[in-house]
Amino acid sequence: MNLRRIFDLALFAVSLFFSLVKLDAGTPPALEEANRRKILLICEGTEPRTLDPQTSQGVPEHHVIMALTEGLLENDPNDQSKQLPGLADRWEHNEDYSIWQFHLRDNAKWSNGDPVTAQDFVFSYKRILTATLGAPYIDALFVLKGARDYAEGKITDFNQVGVKALDDRNLQFELIGPTPYFLSALLHTSWYPVHPSTILKFGRIDERDTKWTRPGNYVGTGPFILKSWKENDVIEVVRNPLYWDATNVKLNGINFYSIENYDTQERAFQAGQLHKTLEVPLDRIPYYRREHPDLIRIEPYEGAYLYRINVKRKPLDNPKVRLALNLAVDRESIVKNITRAKQRPSTGYTPPGMGDYQSLDVIHYDPERARQLLAEAGYPNGKGFPRFNILTNTSQAHTTIAEAIQQMWKQELNIDVGIENQEWKVYLDSQHNLNYDISRGGWIADYMDPNTFLSIWRTGDGNNDTGWSNPEYDRLLDQAAQTANPQKRLATLRQAEELWLSEPSAVLIYWYTRFYLMDPSVKNWNPLALDDHNYKFIDLEENETPKLSLTH
Amino acid sequence: MVKLIISRLLQLIPVIWVVLTVTFFLSKSIPGGPFSAERQATPEVIQKLNEYYGLDKPLWDQYVQYMTRVAHFDLGPSYTYQTSSVNEVIARAFPISLQIGMLAFLIALMIGVTAGVIAAIYKNKIWDYLPMSLAMAGICVPTFVMGPVLAVYFGLTLKIAPVSGWYGLEYAPLHPMILPAVTLGLFYAAYIARLTRGGMLDILNQDFIRTARAKGVSARDIIFKHAMRGGLLPLISFLGPAFAGLISGSFVVEKVFNVPGLGQEFIKSVFNRDYPLILGTVAFFAVLIVVFNLLADLLQGAMDPRTRK
Repeated sequence: MNLRRIFDLALFAVSLFFSLVKLDAGTPPALEEANRRKILLICEGTEPRTLDPQTSQGVPEHHVIMALTEGLLENDPNDQSKQLPGLADRWEHNEDYSIWQFHLRDNAKWSNGDPVTAQDFVFSYKRILTATLGAPYIDALFVLKGARDYAEGKITDFNQVGVKALDDRNLQFELIGPTPYFLSALLHTSWYPVHPSTILKFGRIDERDTKWTRPGNYVGTGPFILKSWKENDVIEVVRNPLYWDATNVKLNGINFYSIENYDTQERAFQAGQLHKTLEVPLDRIPYYRREHPDLIRIEPYEGAYLYRINVKRKPLDNPKVRLALNLAVDRESIVKNITRAKQRPSTGYTPPGMGDYQSLDVIHYDPERARQLLAEAGYPNGKGFPRFNILTNTSQAHTTIAEAIQQMWKQELNIDVGIENQEWKVYLDSQHNLNYDISRGGWIADYMDPNTFLSIWRTGDGNNDTGWSNPEYDRLLDQAAQTANPQKRLATLRQAEELWLSEPSAVLIYWYTRFYLMDPSVKNWNPLALDDHNYKFIDLEENETPKLSLTH
Repeated sequence: MVKLIISRLLQLIPVIWVVLTVTFFLSKSIPGGPFSAERQATPEVIQKLNEYYGLDKPLWDQYVQYMTRVAHFDLGPSYTYQTSSVNEVIARAFPISLQIGMLAFLIALMIGVTAGVIAAIYKNKIWDYLPMSLAMAGICVPTFVMGPVLAVYFGLTLKIAPVSGWYGLEYAPLHPMILPAVTLGLFYAAYIARLTRGGMLDILNQDFIRTARAKGVSARDIIFKHAMRGGLLPLISFLGPAFAGLISGSFVVEKVFNVPGLGQEFIKSVFNRDYPLILGTVAFFAVLIVVFNLLADLLQGAMDPRTRK
């Protein structure tokens, strides 16, 4: 190798570099251009695994699918406990809310121009209830009469399942019992229709993961259609001209970015590449609250952050011990000093904001009573209390909270607690197999009814994961499920929650908030309890002059 | 030479087989399954999914089936990307990592070799200490620090580079590959500089260099014609695996700049217990390593007659 060759190599590299650099730096930043073209740029965190409404599970999937497909009803842009007519323009139910009939609007069309029929819905529900499809939300449809039996193979004739196409436009549901919250449940993607001939074109009715969800193949009923899907980067959807309410759709498109790293999200926002981030890095929340309150949004979210207690282990099997652990936690201090994003200290299990359901106000920081309960349980001043571990999945935020609680229990109850980290899937395994003492967890509402929270503590529920069981609790939930009167039903559910709170199988910590950055040019993005936004109401305003003085 | 190439390529087969076998049983032995989630699906659903992907069969059965597939160059379906096969995941992510990796490699070589040679010439003088301290700093500053620093400066202060993403960023003056490539390049440049300096010093102290000097060969010719040929040899054996590593992507850099490359798939597939993707990416990486080690050996042979067989 001689000097000449090295020089040539350097020259080549430099010219390569400059060929990649375009020197027209005057082009507008992405955000202004996007505002002009009315394209919303939002970040959804992780990459969606699929866009099939029936085999998807996660939140990012749910949010993209809501742009592409619409169900019988759609989300109210202001209030998550209300619904707007979607593909159905009217509906009625019998007196005890167990038989529902929906009328499909005449101009409801698939994105390929086919009319949406009641038979399409029947096909869709047959598909999701076919066990071999492996739909994670299959149990969401078990409110349909015969659905569970069909899924478990006890009946093979789908006509025996409680969903019928009375004609092309009329769809009837027969439910296992009174279900006053049925409308709210229908908003979940598991109740969305899929286009039968598209499904069958790319595979069998129960074939997972066929190519039907790819751009060009996807047929939906929503305000947008799938334009491109660049994995781990961006999913682009554009206006669907055949959508029944297309004239009221304000955006021309949405780009859903999958950016997992919160710091990268923040930088992308600062660089004008995003209208909205998924979250703000925890340590940056105070900065934005102080310097840019117009850019940070903090909103209540229907979720509970809690520590599951393995009630199969001594001495955690004693309700007094579990209550004592609850009362010795200073939640105020945790949300004020650690999480710092206006989280609400849990005073009960179901978060406030669930429609007419009043959340309970019974769990408070009361170290005196906690010590007393512990003494009654046979451990005065923590004497003889065996050492146990708090299990968390590996994450700095979870560890910090666990350390605070470890301190509180030591200080107030004089008991020794260890902290153990496990990688996510290992942690899930340990939790599910009751291979823990106390385990960090959380529960987010699937729909706007306390049932979405309370049902997990049922005996043997797949998400119970604490070993807790109380026949009276199960009976109250069953009774609520048979109660048609909404007020009486909620009262029964409340009774169930009171019962659980008297011997809780979890240490309640706080009710979630969501915190994210949003550019002021986005209009009509209202705080919603489930974070399910109806994109057709969202608008972008040009010439909004931001905003950011960059300090790092 | 041809015999060497053929025999080394044939070695690939047992190497891949061993790598896949070990990875197969290791990955299946980690606790946790691909379908567990915070909201548990019903046991029936999990069972159906296991049946669908053949995970209900005995391990040996799964192993034989998988190996048969691999023999037909089919790496199976990905569980994470439900609509993609592992072949498709690699086919779309690798070209991106390849572009970033090649540019990073060029940057690393240019900076690293130059700094290393200069340091060797000016041994124990300021032009030795300065580049070598910088190289030491380069090794010590991890990519997850360097990446954000570059992103903030070029993306937010100068506003000439995108800070995140790969597609649809034509408006930015700098291509989205530049910052990730520089981040990676600087990191590798530091290693290359130290290797180059060591190699060069070794050679510069040898008798034939002294002879050349005595015969009045110019300093420039001594460095470029005589010393570098031998001085870069230790570097070459490092470059093979380094190049393979660079073009197969870096998890950290891809996360910092959110580029959809192959590096993150290695790591994410393990977190997701996406067994076919774990095996596929590991096998792919193994092939790259073997191939580029072979290329490095051939290059070394070209530069150093002693290693030729």
